[in-house]
Amino acid sequence: MKKLLTSTGMLLALMAPAYAEATKIGVITTLTGPAGYLGEQIRNGLTLGLQATGVEFELVVEDDARDPNTGVQAADRMLNEEDIKILTGIVFSNVSGTVVPETVDSGAIYVSPNAAPSSLAGAECHPNYFVVSWQNDTLHEASGAAAKSLGYTTAVALAPNYQAGIDAIAGFKREFGGEVTEIFTGVEQSDFAGEMAQIRNAAPQVVFQFHPGGQGISFLKQYQQSGLLGSVPMVLSEPSYDGVILQAVGPAAVGLTGTTHWNADFDNEASKAMVAAWAEAHPTTPLTTYGQQAYDTGLLIGTALNAVGGDGDVEALRDAIASAEFASTRGNFAFGPNQHPIQDWYMTAIEADADGNPVIVTKDKILEARGDVYSADCQM
Amino acid sequence: MILLFEQLLNGLQYGVTLFLLAAGLTLIFGIMGVINLAHGALYMVGAFAGAWVSIQTGSFWAGLVSGLAASAVAGILVELGIMRRLYARDHLDQVLATFALILIFNQSTILIFGRQPLFTSLPPVFSGSVEILPGLPYPTYRLFVIAVGLAVAVGLYLLINKTRVGMLVRAGATHRQMVRALGVNIKGLYTAVFGLGALLAGLAGVMASPILAVQVGMGDEIILATFVVVVIGGVGSVKGAFVAGLFLGMTDTMLRAFLPTLLQQVMPGPEAQALGVGISSMGIYLMMAIVLLFRPRGLFAAQG
Repeated sequence: MKKLLTSTGMLLALMAPAYAEATKIGVITTLTGPAGYLGEQIRNGLTLGLQATGVEFELVVEDDARDPNTGVQAADRMLNEEDIKILTGIVFSNVSGTVVPETVDSGAIYVSPNAAPSSLAGAECHPNYFVVSWQNDTLHEASGAAAKSLGYTTAVALAPNYQAGIDAIAGFKREFGGEVTEIFTGVEQSDFAGEMAQIRNAAPQVVFQFHPGGQGISFLKQYQQSGLLGSVPMVLSEPSYDGVILQAVGPAAVGLTGTTHWNADFDNEASKAMVAAWAEAHPTTPLTTYGQQAYDTGLLIGTALNAVGGDGDVEALRDAIASAEFASTRGNFAFGPNQHPIQDWYMTAIEADADGNPVIVTKDKILEARGDVYSADCQM
Repeated sequence: MILLFEQLLNGLQYGVTLFLLAAGLTLIFGIMGVINLAHGALYMVGAFAGAWVSIQTGSFWAGLVSGLAASAVAGILVELGIMRRLYARDHLDQVLATFALILIFNQSTILIFGRQPLFTSLPPVFSGSVEILPGLPYPTYRLFVIAVGLAVAVGLYLLINKTRVGMLVRAGATHRQMVRALGVNIKGLYTAVFGLGALLAGLAGVMASPILAVQVGMGDEIILATFVVVVIGGVGSVKGAFVAGLFLGMTDTMLRAFLPTLLQQVMPGPEAQALGVGISSMGIYLMMAIVLLFRPRGLFAAQG
């Protein structure tokens, strides 16, 4: 009996530290449907980023299928049944619009690797809610600034009719300043022939469009097939021309102008380490900004967990995350008053490599140390 | 005026795609009485097989043939393995089983091809655009899609109205018990019809693959509109599927293209946009409600 107790005690002693060290991190993301590859990028980026910090962790991954209700159910399970203190992963703003309030109200922390709707950035900001990517509008303000700096004065702006699409067109207009014709497309729409006709009819100097994932592939292919590609230039924000989209669209994408907060050719240690780690782990999949944002999120969470020794004290963990003491793959990074990033934005050109395939090449910096317009409304 | 004409062509092209899907669905529903939610999955199978083969071989035409073959074979296997057991069950069992098929097809496709969409190029013959009116270049490939859709419509008309198999199909749609009582090999007929429906869905998938992103879940997006077409056209009626498909394709395209602009004449910009987009995405369902109000069995309901 004594022997049994001793061995059980030894077994527990062996198990206990391992159990205490591996912090469970809840990942709710979109793994099915046309945008499923975005969630895959985020899951893989998070894993690599966390591994880079050497922290002990366990990812609990749930698919939200881009549906807010499914997302909230997953969050409930993670928060109440698994007692997870830190959540991340959401791709789409409609999902984060329901999951984030649920999470922070329960006292847990949410760190966004992607979606950052305006509705959560201003008066509704929360000390437990962090965004590592960007605020939705800022992505597209960069495109507005790029289109303006290229000398265009009339534009047609297209985006799907949901929160991130509305934020996209608002952001583009804010910096562009010229005359903008707005066209909202369907969230599930994949044939844009009607929109192509409208663009041709409006005859703008430049087209701005925001269509992430598979929608973006369809849009660019059809833009080329309708003969618009050669006649009307296009300015894009980073979600509309990620590495996977470019690989799918092929040489047709050469010549487009993009804007981004990070690109694979960035010359800093963290970025180089990430690109190398990704190429080793996922040799056939291009690394996109989704993967990069998730990697940064992994670095931030991992660094903070290391600093305070796990998620036992949520307030200490929150303060450690807020200090943002990690080497971001994008270079300069700081949290603004609403805990959304303050960072630099770059113009990129899509050029042909030796084989004629499109590559993204970083050009001028167009916005420096840029926060977002909603931070002024945030009182913490 | 040019814009209107171009949008009409776009509507026509969407319409024939809907027709290709709805023709198979309506035959399966009309003849076997099975609600096949997984019809969109067969569309996806066609698109993936077609895209993959045309990437490997570099030939769109090889892709077309393989896509058709893959979806027809998948359809026949599904009929032999699963559907057979469902004919006698009620609609709830059929819906559950075919919904499970959607999930199985989607996940298997992820396992085989991954989550990244496939990309195929246009066949070189149809890669350009033709100026069909002065100042209106229109992609040749989309004209080709319209032509194929119309040709299939004529082919189906001849098959159903002029051949012995067609006679059995017509009889099966209206007097199922009687056909069975007369000793016709109804099992063989069911398999053939299911295979034909799958083939047409696969054709729609292959035709769409150079235009759209070939991705998991692509069938789920279009299958809802297809069901609306079947219901409006009348269950079991290929003629109904043709008329309703073209009608819905055009209505949907026209509403999306012109309603927001029209509303802007009477109300401020952003609200007009929001309302216009909202109404046009409801458009086909409103249309279905109106048709069902006056013709509860659809426009061209089969008798019996």
